[in-house]
Amino acid sequence: MKYLALIYAAPGSSPVPGTPEFGAYMADYKHATQTYETDKVLLASEALEDTGTATSVRVRNGKTETMDGPFAETKEQLGGFYLLDCKTIDEAIRYAAMIPDAKNGTVELRPVMDLSTLG
Amino acid sequence: MPDHLNKDPALARKTTQEIESLVREEHAKLLAALISQLGDFQLAEDALQDGIESALIHWQRNGIPRSPAGWLLQTARRKAIDRLRRNKNFASKSHQITHDVKLNALMQMDSEEMAMRSAPPISDERLALIFTCCHPAIGEKSRIALTLHTLGGLSTGEIARAFLDKQSAMAQRLVRTKRKILSAKIPYAVPKPEQWNERLQTVLNVLYLIFNEGYFSGSTDGQMRVNLSNEAVRLTRILLELRPEEAETEGLLALMLLHDSRREARHDATGSMIALAEQNRNIWDQEKIHTGLTILQNALERQTPGPYQIQAAISALHAKAPDHNATDWQQIVHLYQQLHHLHPTPVIELNRAVALSYASGANEALKPMHDLKSRLSTYQPFYAAYADILQRTGQIEQAEKAYNRAIELSEEETTRLFLQRKLGAMLRAN
Repeated sequence: MKYLALIYAAPGSSPVPGTPEFGAYMADYKHATQTYETDKVLLASEALEDTGTATSVRVRNGKTETMDGPFAETKEQLGGFYLLDCKTIDEAIRYAAMIPDAKNGTVELRPVMDLSTLG
Repeated sequence: MPDHLNKDPALARKTTQEIESLVREEHAKLLAALISQLGDFQLAEDALQDGIESALIHWQRNGIPRSPAGWLLQTARRKAIDRLRRNKNFASKSHQITHDVKLNALMQMDSEEMAMRSAPPISDERLALIFTCCHPAIGEKSRIALTLHTLGGLSTGEIARAFLDKQSAMAQRLVRTKRKILSAKIPYAVPKPEQWNERLQTVLNVLYLIFNEGYFSGSTDGQMRVNLSNEAVRLTRILLELRPEEAETEGLLALMLLHDSRREARHDATGSMIALAEQNRNIWDQEKIHTGLTILQNALERQTPGPYQIQAAISALHAKAPDHNATDWQQIVHLYQQLHHLHPTPVIELNRAVALSYASGANEALKPMHDLKSRLSTYQPFYAAYADILQRTGQIEQAEKAYNRAIELSEEETTRLFLQRKLGAMLRAN
């Protein structure tokens, strides 16, 4: 079963470069990623630029409209993701808890839909 | 109605009663076994319902089988096979493979049992069922609803009534929860030893919430309230049977029984609440107290303290006291301190302050109560306790303000009546 771990945190809640906390924070991310690789559960992972760089796109009446900014203005923003292959939600929760931003923000786990069941 | 059902009305009645009592007693066990074999809550529920309908017809015609529960399980599984076969045409190519694997495994199981010529004993999967229903990935209210539905065998309508919800909303909640278990792969299993204590506390919390819903709830349906409390006690007993010698489960069971022993003394004829201090202790249920104290003693001897054992120990001190003044308040203060150490919450601090007001005098409790005010500014029991303590220190004006705030915050009629009565009595006396 594939789970997408979406990492949400409020801007400013995570350590910033140049502080002593930042080194430990990055080391924890590295440790998490390495654990996923060793356990062979990691399918993909990326960090995202902040929502100030986001562009929202929608098509209305055949016309493409773009908007500057994220889809929803919320306090906590999507900052990155891991795509993990786990046996059960328990395993996925255990791995998600290793993500450093779970301490500052929230990691949302979403099972990936098996499109083949739709026929 | 098919005519064979009408042939012998006495037999028909007996069969219906037999099925009803079997379903009542064995429902959770049958459902738990079916979910384990089918891996799907909804399919298991539907198949068991099909099996029960089939039993009604066959048992009236051929008599009750030697192993009724085994018959029901086997029939329900065949009904599930039928349902899976019917759905097969709708499944896509790649999905058909898993579908076929499941179907083949079930048919294999069925033919092996046929070869043995008798149904094997039903393996008890209720512990896995309890832990799955109370999994932390499920929301609290849904945990309660699903536990009552699958383990308690309560209907959607009954659960909706108990929680003052619309039946359609409760039905939707149950469907959504069952779908989440399936699609998020919430495991159907007893937790591993390293997770056991944490997961057990979650299960115990669900059972205690069910008990409290029955004990304190605003539902006006008195019978429903009693049923929920009794159901919580029954489920806790089952949990203890499935995993005996678990001190915290014993602690919770003792706590429920000790609370429940005061049920009759908690309300007057008009339904208004009576405080512990003013209850008629002669009508406390001594049998429940005795059972509760014995179970608590067993728990404490295991030397693995926990929050439910501490709460039961507090309740036990009340149960043993001949009257309010003779209660060992000093020991209660001490126990609340221990509880606060495990769960540092303002509500536990409040309880400790109230106990302190009886152990060392109301004046001693004024400072801790004052310190709690900002954190419990919308908590009705805080103002009710504050009013009482202020009244005992002779600060009548302040006490009146606190009573009025407590009355304003009361959601339940019985609580409001109780507070209005106390306020009235205070104003008349001064």
